[in-house]
Amino acid sequence: MPRRNGVRFSIALVVVGLVLAACSSDSSSGGEAGASPSRAPQETGPVTLKVLAFNDYMPNNVSSTFQDQTGNTIEITTTSSNEDAIAKIQAAGPGAYDIAWLTSPFVDGMIKAGGLEQLDHSALPNLSNLYPEASQLAYDLGNQYSVPYAWGTTGICWRSDLVKNTTIDSWDDLLKPSSELAGKVTLIDEDRWLMLPALKELGFSVNTTDPDQLQQAADLTIAAKKTLLGFDGDTFYSKLVSGEALAVEGWDGWCNYGTAEDPNVKYITPKEGADIWVDTMVIPKGSTHVQQAEDFINFILQPEHQKWVAEHILFKVPNQQSMEMLDPAFLDQFPNMKVTPQELLQQEPLKDLGDGQAAFSDAVTQVKSG
Amino acid sequence: MRDRGPGGGRLLRLNMGIVFAFLYTPLVVLVILSFNQSKYASLWGGFSTKWYGVLAHDSAVIRSIGTTFFIAAAATVLSIVIGLPLAFGLERWRRNAALDSASYFPLLIPDIVTAIGLLSFFAAIKFPLGVRSIVIAHSVWGIAFATAIIRTRLRGFDRSIEEASLDLGVKEIPTFFKVTLPVIWPGIIAAALVVFTLSVDEFVIAYFTAGQTVTFPIQIYGMIRFGITPEINAAATILLCVTMLSIATALILGGRRNRGVPEEAVA
Amino acid sequence: MPKVDDRRTHASTAGSASAGPAVPNAKDLSRSRWTWLGLVPAFVWWTVFLLAPIALILASAFFKRGFYGGVVYQFTLSNFSRAATPLYMKVFWHSIKLAFVTTVVCLAVGYPAAYFIATRPSVKMRNVLLLLVILPFWTDFLIRTYAWIILLNREGVVNGVLERFGVIDQPLGLLYNNTAVVIGLVYAYLPLMILPLYASLERLNPELFEAGADLGSRPFRVWRTVILPLIVPGLVAGIVFVFVPSLGNFPVAELLGGGRSDMVGNLINRQFLTARDWPFGSTLTLALIAILMLLLLVQSFALRRSREIGIDA
Repeated sequence: MPRRNGVRFSIALVVVGLVLAACSSDSSSGGEAGASPSRAPQETGPVTLKVLAFNDYMPNNVSSTFQDQTGNTIEITTTSSNEDAIAKIQAAGPGAYDIAWLTSPFVDGMIKAGGLEQLDHSALPNLSNLYPEASQLAYDLGNQYSVPYAWGTTGICWRSDLVKNTTIDSWDDLLKPSSELAGKVTLIDEDRWLMLPALKELGFSVNTTDPDQLQQAADLTIAAKKTLLGFDGDTFYSKLVSGEALAVEGWDGWCNYGTAEDPNVKYITPKEGADIWVDTMVIPKGSTHVQQAEDFINFILQPEHQKWVAEHILFKVPNQQSMEMLDPAFLDQFPNMKVTPQELLQQEPLKDLGDGQAAFSDAVTQVKSG
Repeated sequence: MRDRGPGGGRLLRLNMGIVFAFLYTPLVVLVILSFNQSKYASLWGGFSTKWYGVLAHDSAVIRSIGTTFFIAAAATVLSIVIGLPLAFGLERWRRNAALDSASYFPLLIPDIVTAIGLLSFFAAIKFPLGVRSIVIAHSVWGIAFATAIIRTRLRGFDRSIEEASLDLGVKEIPTFFKVTLPVIWPGIIAAALVVFTLSVDEFVIAYFTAGQTVTFPIQIYGMIRFGITPEINAAATILLCVTMLSIATALILGGRRNRGVPEEAVA
Repeated sequence: MPKVDDRRTHASTAGSASAGPAVPNAKDLSRSRWTWLGLVPAFVWWTVFLLAPIALILASAFFKRGFYGGVVYQFTLSNFSRAATPLYMKVFWHSIKLAFVTTVVCLAVGYPAAYFIATRPSVKMRNVLLLLVILPFWTDFLIRTYAWIILLNREGVVNGVLERFGVIDQPLGLLYNNTAVVIGLVYAYLPLMILPLYASLERLNPELFEAGADLGSRPFRVWRTVILPLIVPGLVAGIVFVFVPSLGNFPVAELLGGGRSDMVGNLINRQFLTARDWPFGSTLTLALIAILMLLLLVQSFALRRSREIGIDA
């Protein structure tokens, strides 16, 4: 008796599940191509903005100062990565968050999936504080859906005092390291950046979805595993500081954390080129506080706030006013802060891979399943 | 049950020693590093207690520990309350392999799927994310653990004392409380301990269902970017000490507690 | 000289029937009318808070990934055909191997430990030992794992000690490989093997251990026919508590394994998070659940078989 009931019960559940899934399609997907012009009903007056941010990514006094200036309060939920942020935004549904931070390739995907609110530039006068190049970013030309917050490149971070016999200037220094470096190099563990060195070394685009090119890059990276210490996307710079690794793939801003501990930690963008990444502020679709969220973005664009970002998070910011306020001694300590926007724009921005994502995932799985 | 004899006994002791050495060496490292002058775990910079000072002022970390304990306690109670009757029911139908496997089902599902599933679900029914959602999320696997452990006490448990009680005219419910419960009580305690401990340590599901709430593992995960500073080690060390103290206290006080029916009478 | 009847009496005092043939209407709480009610709260709770949520997610296995993430509701089985390729099966197989080794190590080391603790004469001593076993869980999992990195890495404690004592000249590569992953997994789940085993063992009648020996049977046969059937719940629980999470684990492979070799947990995580491919992630999850349920059922039948050979408990 219990067994028969059990089977019927489970079938019922599956059916219910499928029905619910079909009905709730809007809440679990980001919608499909094209942003819909209509907005969710908007709340007026002072509100509480729900903000999804990376840890310690904003000046500490932002809540209180923003409240003083506009009367709105903010509630911060932290996230540690873009992937988690997007999963939370998708799963929690429209209206759950008013502001989120996303890095450029993810912004690209969200825009195309209609997941972001279009920005009203008349509400964002402080956009004029940014460099002209900040509105020439390929994933969102003219910053229609996102506002750049910090930007930089990916390259090689290394110990200049411990590396004596090798000139570090190419991705090959990580993929086919000299005997001095062998076994003491790492690559970043995140998919897009994991494949970056091989793709660039082979002269391909970082956004390629051509299976043949991806296969070549995968093969090259698999071969590189023999001389690789490991894949590390979080603590690669502390491996440098401790000497466990001598040269690592890293983001320029993160490399600065290493430099801050040990001035011998240096950064270089390899000759084959790299990517340009941009951390941006966006308003997820369905927010009921779009105008207040725009006020918040405008508020953050004030020079002193982005100057804080540069000084404390050690990332370059696209805010021209902020960068010009920086102390020259600070710039000397962290040379990659001096890279100009024009130089940055020479690098290739990562874009969402769309339908090519599956082929790309397969390539990464190949690399990681050895 | 007593030692099998000198030969077997020595081997057993050696094994136990290895197990404890294995379990505790990393903890020793962890505690020592909380006194590291240098920020980096791999470089010993000299002895310093400054990180404890940093910790004392870090209200975020302290609050996260309190939150974590509260959630663990609530999840444990919920898991036991639902898991205990389930254990009884499962023991009755234990020939049913499907039912048996079904009770392990929550444990089979990868954390990430449960996590995202619950987040979507809570959002769909507009259930507020926070302490309550984490407690519910933890109870889902907590029940499975509690049941499995309580069942180990129900198996091999001499039913004749229950039978005797019922024969004497005592109804089911008083029999349960006066006769059965004292005997399976250690199983319940064990289950509570396991669920509580696992809840304190649980990260993935809490991370997604927490909303703005921050538990200790979530707090630490957010701090990883800057490396495991000795401050984190200090927090872990204090947690350990507090736990050891409470356990010691509980043992001293609980030693008096009568386990109900003495073991010999049951055997 | 103990007779065969005595043996049955001894063994059955730990079983559910009273001495002698089973009484048809034996009354005890486990046969009470009300016991089936106990199933209700748990299954209701699980239906609402587990089955419904994950059904929603796993149903997406039958649909396509949207162009930029999300789910498009066109029925397809392409996710399954993509998963059934050697590329992905390799990852599953790798994880099963590691989880298996981890479980075996935990059993080999955990059973004697559980037995040792269960045979301590004083209750207090047993409680202390148990609590000491579970105490490491009270430090955060990430911190514990990082402590292992410090122990095992090239400039780490283990190598330092070995070099100091002249055992080795060059540091050993103890980290960022499969061995390190197994160490990490064993470390994470060993207490979960010891506790249920202990709970089962501790409940046993001490005379059981002597009964078989008195009869002149070999110790293993005694163990298999007398002890094993009674500790089945603890054994099964221990194996499940270790094998299953090991299979789905991801931080250990990332941190201690250096991210070199994905386990199923890493793979599934990557589909849900990085690739934003919920359909494919769900497919892999369904595959994982199917494999685990299969193993559980196989094990449950196998142990039932051995129980039937032994004495009915």
